[in-house]
Amino acid sequence: MVGIPSRHKSIFLLAGVVLLQILLLALQIKRDSEGRLLRVWTVGAFSPFERAGSHGILHLRDTWNHYFALQNASRENEELHRENDALKMQVNHLQSKAAEADRLSLLLDFRKSHQNVPMLGARIIATSAGTASATVMLDRGAKDGIKKNMGVITPEGVVGKVVEVYDDTTEVLLLTDKDSGVGAMLGDSRIQSPVGGTGEPLLAMKYVPNDDTVNTGERVVTSGMDKIFPRDLPIGTITEIKSGNPFKSIRVRPSANLSRLEEVIVLMTLQPLQLKQPEGLKSPANAAANSAPANSTPPPSPATGAASAKPQ
Amino acid sequence: MNDAFDIRNMESHIEVHTFRGGAIVGATILALMFQAFVPVYFEKAALLDFPLLITIYFGLSRRNPSTGLLLGMMIGLLQDSLSGQTVPLGLYGISKTVIGYLASSIGARLDTEHPAARFALTIMFFGLHQGIVLLIRRILLAQSSTWFNMHLLVAALVNAVVAVFLFMVLDRLRKT
Repeated sequence: MVGIPSRHKSIFLLAGVVLLQILLLALQIKRDSEGRLLRVWTVGAFSPFERAGSHGILHLRDTWNHYFALQNASRENEELHRENDALKMQVNHLQSKAAEADRLSLLLDFRKSHQNVPMLGARIIATSAGTASATVMLDRGAKDGIKKNMGVITPEGVVGKVVEVYDDTTEVLLLTDKDSGVGAMLGDSRIQSPVGGTGEPLLAMKYVPNDDTVNTGERVVTSGMDKIFPRDLPIGTITEIKSGNPFKSIRVRPSANLSRLEEVIVLMTLQPLQLKQPEGLKSPANAAANSAPANSTPPPSPATGAASAKPQ
Repeated sequence: MNDAFDIRNMESHIEVHTFRGGAIVGATILALMFQAFVPVYFEKAALLDFPLLITIYFGLSRRNPSTGLLLGMMIGLLQDSLSGQTVPLGLYGISKTVIGYLASSIGARLDTEHPAARFALTIMFFGLHQGIVLLIRRILLAQSSTWFNMHLLVAALVNAVVAVFLFMVLDRLRKT
């Protein structure tokens, strides 16, 4: 039997190991299966450390804020008393403004009109370990009733959707991920088109025909077509428009600050949601929907979670 | 003639380092932990690729290609597992396997203890790692990716600077 020279052994080992991993990649791309055991084990093994690390950082932050940062406390205390008096005056003024803002706030309206929709607050304990994806881990999981494909939002707007649920943690695919998408429409003209991630901070709106009029600064909201998010939740604001063939190239800045998330809300239902307007309050968005232009052709699909070659 | 013997003789001035018990495992876990949850609080920390730096360091120090590539594979697969469902197992696994192999091979032929050498090698390996990841994404996963941008250049420089200091810290884990 012909032996392999010792100096070539590592090259053969390298080739074998790389080949095995390529096969592993191929299996993942072609198979339609649930989460793999290795992932479950690894996430299960690391999440307690991540949770502990997260608590550790918060504890350190609290310790710093409550002890070490109080050296100038007495001097600051006097200044704060003076500021407090002035702020009390401002609070009275702002309270009346807040009441007006409440009436106009679409998100608050959503929460008021969907008190029967269970929502769950969750804290982010980890983020993706590489730059190839945009995901975060929540400190709630299957034990709290979270299921795959549930929507995740913040008061500012849409965050993403649940892609994997473990016992105590949940993985959320952020809107900025390349494989992410959400059924969307323009806030004013009600032209529908899915919005997807690009792997960069800005999102892309791909299926708006060149003939349609779109303005920079226009709001983009959910259309409800993806059956995950209710209509009229804010997604973002258009920051850039370029002509293309046959569709415009539109970039959208997300409403939610996806790079600095700390707490989110999970929509605890897989049923399609409709935004109910309280009587006497008609949103300008819905009013415009009734007079949407006829050429606002809906896109082929909501594109939620769509991808070219996506690992399962 | 025994080639392996000749190579050892020729490069007998290159010292193979061993580490205290649990040093490699501990450093790997810390690197993955850092990569997973620190960017939640410090967004800019996402520039750093600690698993890659650990792969490079132990590859350069151990100077055994087989050990280097297996360590790179383990670190890469763990990073894949912690990177979410959209990252297939093997993306970082393959790239770090190759980096582990090359780092060990270079470490066995060159003196890589000088900070300048470590700085240059880290930039080279960072670029190569990025290239392999992009190749896999384009060829195997059919995903579009940018080959080069300023962000990558900045990330390479930042990682190289951090590597110089990180490697000095990790040197203390060596058995004297």
